[in-house]
Amino acid sequence: MFEGLWGYEHPLSGQIRRLEEELDALFGTGTSSLTGTRNIRSLPGSSFPAVNVAATPDAIIVYLFAPGLDPKGFDISMQQNLLSIAGTREIPLDEKATYYRRERFSGEFRRAITLPEDADPERVEAKYTNGMLVVTIGRRQAAKPRQIEVR
Amino acid sequence: MATQQQVSQSPTAGGTAQGASRNEAAIRPPVDVFETSDGIKLLADMPGVSKEHLHLQTEGNTLTIEGQVQFDMPDKLEALYADVRSTVYRCSFVLSSELDTSHIEAMLKDGVLAVRIPKREELRPRRIQVQSG
Repeated sequence: MFEGLWGYEHPLSGQIRRLEEELDALFGTGTSSLTGTRNIRSLPGSSFPAVNVAATPDAIIVYLFAPGLDPKGFDISMQQNLLSIAGTREIPLDEKATYYRRERFSGEFRRAITLPEDADPERVEAKYTNGMLVVTIGRRQAAKPRQIEVR
Repeated sequence: MATQQQVSQSPTAGGTAQGASRNEAAIRPPVDVFETSDGIKLLADMPGVSKEHLHLQTEGNTLTIEGQVQFDMPDKLEALYADVRSTVYRCSFVLSSELDTSHIEAMLKDGVLAVRIPKREELRPRRIQVQSG
């Protein structure tokens, strides 16, 4: 499932790239990055937490890979179609221990994600499970086309 | 006062760990490794992994850790942006002989795996009492 959605070597990756270009044209610049072009607000290299963004016709779903955090500590805000998530992860150092490897992120973080224009800031839900913060944003439904009768 | 690194990274033990069935490249999770007087502690960031999808095994003196990312995926989901492009975390470590591989303890909370590998009982530092007289 997921390999097809985000992976490099999947046979559908060519189709995904075309889909990404179409979405880019629909939603404007700065939202799609399946070929490595980054959102202007994301940090290069390893930024914490890592973010994946997906969409269904009814919602936009933002997945943040943020392990070891207190769900009450997240500061999630949305201004128009810019979603901002900030927080702090403190990793206390054991002074009596000898450290061989320290790769895990410690400190303050902030990720800002530009969502498609139809993201509705009034309908945002967030859930934290197994170290994943999943933010679901409803989409404003486009007005249904009206049939006009010809007399 | 350790003078020698006791845990070293080895190439991933591909194929032997359960669930390593896809061709998908696995993510090596960020780890903190430190040593105290009674053993080694390892902390690995594996967000999205629950206990049911986490596998730890020792084969000889090699510890292999593998976890599958799982979360709800609604219908008609389309990807827009991806920092993370794999759903498997995998890493393995060679444990030196003074570590007791049969008493490894592991705990998973909020996507952080904490592994404690004690030193063999007989090799822990011991104070020697000096008798007087």
